[in-house]
Amino acid sequence: MSDAAHKAMWEKLDLDLEAHDGLLAVLGKFYGDIYLSQEGRLKGAEYLDFVLSEVHGLRIKEIQDAKAAGKKVVGTFCVFVPEELTLAAGAVQVGLCAGAKAGTELAETLVPRGTCDLIKSFVGFKLARLCPYTESCDLIVGETTCDGKKKAYEAFSQLANMHIMEVPQCKAPCDMTLFRSELVRYKEALEKLTGNAITAASLAEATTIVNAKRRALQRLSALRAADPAPISGRDALLINQISFYDDPVRFTAKINELCDEIEARVAAGEGVAPKKTPRLLLAGCPMAVPNWKLPYLIESSGAVIVGEESCIGERNTRDLTDETPADLDGMLDALAARYMQIDCACFTPNTERLDNIAALAKRLNADGVVHYGLLFCQPYSHEAMKVGKAMAAAGIPYLTIETDYGMEDAGQLKTRVEAFVETLA
Amino acid sequence: MSEVAGLDVGSRAIKLVVRRREEVVLSRRLPTTFDPAGQLRELFANGLPERLAVTGYGRELAREFYPQARTVTEIKAHALGAGSLFPQAATLLDIGGQDTKAIALLPGGRVGRFEMNDRCAAGTGKFLEYVATAFGLSVEAFAALALTGDDPPLISSMCTVFAETEATTLMARGVSQANIALGLHKAVAGRTLAMLGRVGLTAPVVFVGGVAKNPCLVRLVAEAVGGELLVPESPDMTGALGAALWLAAETA
Repeated sequence: MSDAAHKAMWEKLDLDLEAHDGLLAVLGKFYGDIYLSQEGRLKGAEYLDFVLSEVHGLRIKEIQDAKAAGKKVVGTFCVFVPEELTLAAGAVQVGLCAGAKAGTELAETLVPRGTCDLIKSFVGFKLARLCPYTESCDLIVGETTCDGKKKAYEAFSQLANMHIMEVPQCKAPCDMTLFRSELVRYKEALEKLTGNAITAASLAEATTIVNAKRRALQRLSALRAADPAPISGRDALLINQISFYDDPVRFTAKINELCDEIEARVAAGEGVAPKKTPRLLLAGCPMAVPNWKLPYLIESSGAVIVGEESCIGERNTRDLTDETPADLDGMLDALAARYMQIDCACFTPNTERLDNIAALAKRLNADGVVHYGLLFCQPYSHEAMKVGKAMAAAGIPYLTIETDYGMEDAGQLKTRVEAFVETLA
Repeated sequence: MSEVAGLDVGSRAIKLVVRRREEVVLSRRLPTTFDPAGQLRELFANGLPERLAVTGYGRELAREFYPQARTVTEIKAHALGAGSLFPQAATLLDIGGQDTKAIALLPGGRVGRFEMNDRCAAGTGKFLEYVATAFGLSVEAFAALALTGDDPPLISSMCTVFAETEATTLMARGVSQANIALGLHKAVAGRTLAMLGRVGLTAPVVFVGGVAKNPCLVRLVAEAVGGELLVPESPDMTGALGAALWLAAETA
């Protein structure tokens, strides 16, 4: 795609072209420093490099083409929005979570200063007209996970067409009933938006697609148990990030190819870091593109990341949707059961997350757990303490980090991470 | 046994310790200034040591002109340094120019749990320096003034800017300068104690870093930990000493 064609497309989406050019330049530089500088990268990472270099280019073009052919585009901020239903309605689903400081001053006119950077970022991207995904959406789904998001959606709904989905905060039978009814309400909203009825056949097909994507990511996760680590945590995080916006069928095929390469690498005993390099599991808040700060600091401090416990990671891929029900009602039950297993910190008491982290650390042969809390994210800040106690009980070394999208604490974070890694060596 | 040097490039001071045959043969300190690279060049004007380990927040900078130098974090370096001076120490407190660290020590100067302040310099040497300047005093004179206080007000803010506002308000209310100075020192000690508590405060505690030269804070921390407080003769040299010890062990 030519530069001129890109520009014309962005202009049509009413992006602030000058600021957008600046954003892409920074992103490109950042990607070069953090990704392209890696040694011993997989050949299959070319797919990642290509997708990221065209993050606002070819993928947006595909989405525009789909729209021209009558498809609708649904934007989401959370792993609670069932992609199965979106695809079954013939719509395209894209994740809109953002991992860069952009339009912060503008965002602070709509949300309080003491709001986390993830929320400020998606509001800022919208107000500063910087995100072609947000601008391509026909519907944006918000969910009532944390207070910060749910109140931000009240303001955001003035700017975009929104559907708000209620996510319960407990896991009692009545909560399951509520979530099941919210699935029906989302299904109806999609049918109204697209004009397509969601049928047992279309939902079964969509479920197969989404489960296949999860299986590919589960396969990747399982391969990372190997020592030496066959793939860097940065690349694995990027794969999880891309899973939210690339075409799911293409993505699945590419990740399975990459896993074939990793299998061969594991069999040959090769990796991205020497055997016995300290292995860390990253837990906590999701890291959206291009929030690669902490993974980069960790992997330039003599450690390798072997897993991501967050929503942009295991929380999104651990559970499959049961494909056995044949009728629509049974399928909706299966969806409700699958999504209510998510161990998000918005639930109380959410003790299953503690067990999941310990089990994951064990399965990945991790030497320690680093918990990342995004500044002002109350649910995960609370859980950082609980996770600390659970890790101490399980005898797993633990470091908790609270930070945001700014770079000014990079030096201090590096000292803390290096010192933690020193204690593991 | 040849020479092993440890260099601690801190935010306020650069410290160098050279050891030969288990003995410290040189101990030097220079202000960091706004040109740490220039200060490092001056420090090594008469030649570079044979083997050098660098710690402190400027450790990567030092490597730029001494690429063979090995680096170690100040957390590990301080633990090793303090552990060698006081093998019985169980908890380490380091307050430097812009960092405060609390470290649970394991036998042999190894690091157990540790806590470190985040990006904000609240409660560090920089904080005391800033408020001393607001009083028109040197840090030494400010500590001496604080020691004469007897009824310190409760100062809750650890933000340097707000603490100054709070001090101004207290002055307007007629609280003596000595008591305000003592209150500000107590605020630092209180914050420090909270951090020590998070790593499981176990006696005896060793207090290192440049701020351990402040007699008022030493007294307050000793009172707060409720027991023996170990302070080395040159508390600000502990990191550089630890770096040298680390390298000697690594290359032994």
